[in-house]
Amino acid sequence: MESIKSQQVTFKVFRFNEETDYLPYYNTYVLDVTHEEVVLDILNRIKWDHDGSLSYRRSCRHGICGVCSIKVNGKGILACKSRLFDLVEVFGNEITIEPLSTKRVVKDLIIDKKDFWDKHAAIKPYLVSEIEEHPAQEHLVSPHDAEKLLEADYCIQCGACHYSCPALAINEEFIGPAAFAAAYRFSADVRDEASLERLTVVNEEAQGVWDCVKCMECAEVCPKEVNPIEKITKLHNMVFEAGIAKNNVATRHAVGFAHSIEKHGLLDEGELVRYSEGNIGVLKHVPVALKMFAKGKIVLPWNMPKADKLDEIKKLVKSSSTVKF
Amino acid sequence: MEKLKYALFTGCTAKESTPEQMMSTLAVANKLGIELVELTEASCCGASHLQDYDDFLSLVLNARNIAYAEKHGLTMVTICNTCQLNTAMTKHRLDHNAELKAKVNAKLSEVGLEYKGTSQITHFLYAIIDDFGLDKIKEMVVKPLSQFNIAPFYGCHNIRPSELQNETHKGHENPYKPTSLDDLIIACGGVNVDYEEKNKCCGFHAELQAPRTAAILTGNAVAGAMDANADWMVTPCPLCHLKLDTQTHHASIAIGRDVSLPVLHMQQMIGLALGCSADELGLKHHVTKVDFV
Repeated sequence: MESIKSQQVTFKVFRFNEETDYLPYYNTYVLDVTHEEVVLDILNRIKWDHDGSLSYRRSCRHGICGVCSIKVNGKGILACKSRLFDLVEVFGNEITIEPLSTKRVVKDLIIDKKDFWDKHAAIKPYLVSEIEEHPAQEHLVSPHDAEKLLEADYCIQCGACHYSCPALAINEEFIGPAAFAAAYRFSADVRDEASLERLTVVNEEAQGVWDCVKCMECAEVCPKEVNPIEKITKLHNMVFEAGIAKNNVATRHAVGFAHSIEKHGLLDEGELVRYSEGNIGVLKHVPVALKMFAKGKIVLPWNMPKADKLDEIKKLVKSSSTVKF
Repeated sequence: MEKLKYALFTGCTAKESTPEQMMSTLAVANKLGIELVELTEASCCGASHLQDYDDFLSLVLNARNIAYAEKHGLTMVTICNTCQLNTAMTKHRLDHNAELKAKVNAKLSEVGLEYKGTSQITHFLYAIIDDFGLDKIKEMVVKPLSQFNIAPFYGCHNIRPSELQNETHKGHENPYKPTSLDDLIIACGGVNVDYEEKNKCCGFHAELQAPRTAAILTGNAVAGAMDANADWMVTPCPLCHLKLDTQTHHASIAIGRDVSLPVLHMQQMIGLALGCSADELGLKHHVTKVDFV
């Protein structure tokens, strides 16, 4: 690929102006692209050489400011960091350029990120600490303590994960991966004193970490390798460790795995649903369960298979457990 | 070619809610001459939920499963995307963190085991593509699926995070444009269908906590395949299969449109093309009737 100096690429660019258009449309441009060009170069060329009305955000050009995030063929990217040749290698010579969220467009590739910032604000994305105004010494953080942030502080708030999260696309209350990563970043900081407050926010049903669908897209899409799902897992752990996990379907669903594994080695699927939902809640699953039973998909309790060497598993569950519910 | 041999980590659903997945795995392995040594000692992988409660316990249990594959000196093959992710993630974390590995091994030593890091972990789909080869599958097809438009449904945990999964898969699957399952459909003589949801989430993991989200994701997936004129769907993940096969009633209500398609495990699709019978492949265990066989 490197030996090819330039190639022709067809760009379909999303256009919409809320002041003049009812519906969005796409403009097509066929351009010769060189191997060193990034998507932002193409947007600039379209704006400067073809249509000055094309609107998009740009600033630092170095993958630091996070404003030029858009989607290319459905993939969230930073326009200033993504080489066209790399994208063409994956998607072919037809490249579709769209805003991060077509629902939130103000003009062309510019979106209103209000929901993103509101959710950040909800988790207090700053250090909360009672410190002297004029300390005699610096408040130093040791390298060991800094490592605990797991590089969550690399987030540039570009919104690529937020607007790629399928749980958030459906449930607008969901706080989303970027703000969760920020909640972890400040709660894991040794200087911070508001961790419990943040954990209470991320522990709520519908908005909190429990509604994560575990698709791993936030880890995949992040241009700074923040790995938000790792921080979401950490927040789950911190909720249990802080002793504030509520006794509800979501928490019991996680805890139920430990119970089942200790008893059978394997997961007892039926018992997990009963334990998670409770004896009344489980009733809503009966119609599907009956259909599954008719097709030989339900193992009855007395036929529950067990792992060989179950004594080993029982011993390890006892000795390796680190939390209580 | 030397006979392929793997340690099989079946996961839990193969023993419970998707018996047809176990049946078809064994039928296809038999046809292809692949030897699978079942890890009968293996525990549940925690299905991406146990680690939310107790991350260390999840690591120890997964390391124990891998240790048994290592004892056989074999690559571990998984038949569930989530088992694949949890096991591969455990391996990745232990292989890159000596301190954590030592802590986990201190626990495993209580039962006389050790995690060394000597076994690779790969999904059966990728073992077939990388080690057996699609060209050979193509040669073995006796009943090509040429009359069917087949919608591949990849399942999140085989393709994301790509950095992790591509450590073992030689083909370097791009999660934004995956090709493995499409290639397999073509090798089986079928027509692969392209649709937006093929690499998206089925909602399985949020089914109890966030039923509306889960149902809409399922509905969107089946609707996407239907709108692309698919006759049926195929997936390498038994959890996606459960969601797409058994939950379309809820999904239809959630998206306000009746959606339903037969869904096959990728092993069943290969099995059909290789001439296995419907009984061998457990097709009678589907909730959404497989009406074309």
